Amino acid sequence: MKNPTRILLAVALAASLAACKKEAVKPQVENTDAPPSAPVTQPVDNSGKYTRESLNTDPCLRQRVVYFDFDRAEIKAEAEAILTCHGKFLADVADSAMTLEGHADERGTQEYNLGLGERRGNAVSQALQAKGGSAAQITVVSFGEERPTCNDSSEDCWGKNRRVEIVYTK
Amino acid sequence: MSKLIQRTWWLALLLALCVAPVAQAQLVIPILEGNAAATPIAVVPMAYQGAGLPLDTDISAVINADLNRSGQFNALSRNRIIEFPTRDTEVKFETWNFLKQDYLLVGRVLDAEGGTLRVEFELFDVAKKQRLLAQAVGARTSSLRATAHQIADIVYEKITGVRGAFSTRIAYVTQRGTPPKFNYSVMVADSDGYNPVSVISWTTPFLSPAWSPDGRKLAYVSFERGNSAIYIHELTTGKRDMIASYRGINGAPAFSPDGSKLAMTLSQTGNPEIFVMDLATRRTTQLTRHYAIDTEPVWTQDGQSIIFTSDRAGKPQLYQIPAAGGEPTRITFQGEYNARATLANDGKLIAMAQGNKNVYRIAVLDRSRGGAGELTELSPGNLDESPSFAPNGSMILYAAREDKRDVLYAVSADGRVRQRLVLADGDVRSPAWSPFRQR
Repeated sequence: MKNPTRILLAVALAASLAACKKEAVKPQVENTDAPPSAPVTQPVDNSGKYTRESLNTDPCLRQRVVYFDFDRAEIKAEAEAILTCHGKFLADVADSAMTLEGHADERGTQEYNLGLGERRGNAVSQALQAKGGSAAQITVVSFGEERPTCNDSSEDCWGKNRRVEIVYTK
Repeated sequence: MSKLIQRTWWLALLLALCVAPVAQAQLVIPILEGNAAATPIAVVPMAYQGAGLPLDTDISAVINADLNRSGQFNALSRNRIIEFPTRDTEVKFETWNFLKQDYLLVGRVLDAEGGTLRVEFELFDVAKKQRLLAQAVGARTSSLRATAHQIADIVYEKITGVRGAFSTRIAYVTQRGTPPKFNYSVMVADSDGYNPVSVISWTTPFLSPAWSPDGRKLAYVSFERGNSAIYIHELTTGKRDMIASYRGINGAPAFSPDGSKLAMTLSQTGNPEIFVMDLATRRTTQLTRHYAIDTEPVWTQDGQSIIFTSDRAGKPQLYQIPAAGGEPTRITFQGEYNARATLANDGKLIAMAQGNKNVYRIAVLDRSRGGAGELTELSPGNLDESPSFAPNGSMILYAAREDKRDVLYAVSADGRVRQRLVLADGDVRSPAWSPFRQR
């Protein structure tokens, strides 16, 4: 075996082992019982604008999950407050960005639910844009029914799984 | 574009290195329901008459289970077999007539050259006292289950006139672990669930494995890059290509019957539409244009049409569209929710996941007598989905939810015989039955 090949293999092996250990770094998502009623709060900054710090301190911004009805993607009235503060955050902190992870409950087929999760993600994206965010700040990813937070076959559990999670990436 | 179609075999290598050598438990299969209308057949244990050690595979037991699982045979249980003929001269037809058997299969295992084996078997029509078949197949001690499936196929075809599908394979996805730490694998096993082999494992979900018509490749959806992407994976070499990773959903791959194209769901235009990719050029053509969710394409056997799921009428229903493009026609009208079609008998039989209120079951639409067709419910569960026909249309594999676990069932096409395929731990879903093995 030639030396460069051997080095290349060693590097590849090391890289792959590192990849094995790597875990997704994700902000903690508060999975409160569905549906949450977000407290409406005002930004505390003097200018009236959110700062990056607000993500950890503001009770409204700390809410990161929007819930949906079965086979629906319409934004419910109770989600207005959350969407308003996150929309404002996107506008206030212009270099921020988020991924909207769309999910469905286990009922129905996997691929249709992939579509449903995306439809929900898109609905949240549009609402956030209407409230100040820009399309360039938002990426929608659908996981369909593949990533439930709750594993029972019950109405309560399904309600928790039909959701869009807001995950800040920048 | 070149980025999208770049080869990713090196990633396969990387993933392969991460795959822990898990002991893959067999799928164990208890029979749930018998079928009184099935044809009675006695499969006599096939004695090993060679000089080596006793064989660790009971060939006749495998054949027995295969024939039972098809729903078309009722194999005589072992404890009711009182005579053990191994060749025609030893057969007393009166005995099998008395036991009310229509058919009798006997055989013997002999040593062959180079340490291999030779299984000789004979099939009889009991009432006519007639030998229907006398054949021999070569075998190896390490693959006697495959030999048994091969014999079951020959017997099945001789009696029913329909090609047997026991020598086929199944692909499925397993999920192990607890939220949020899961390990997902794409698996391939024999059609009876034995000999499971992990094709690929990772910490992000896989779904919708689909077989190439030659049975050499699987297309599937993986989230390993964060978003869904479609890969084509060569089973013997482990080489894989990422072939679709557009913005939005990349899902529901389905090979055309000639293997030259892949139908898929892409939402790069803003919502899920059916696309067809020419695999030689990697060029995609958009087939549907509607703001609804269009997904789960399957090809008709002639390659001329695609049947897919769409909620353009409000709820998911099945539609048919010419593969070259055109207007979709709705084909399901009974039931609130009809999705994920699987076809048999030249598209005359369409099985699907059907939802009514909170109950999801497998239903089959028989269009062989024309008109809108007749719909029959095939499964008794509450969350049954992902039906996949055996290539001869005799059975359907599907995923069900039981006691907080996802399990697989095989049901005969008439719904009368069902068997559960249980994995020792974890969830099993997205089953896909392979095409026939190439002759």
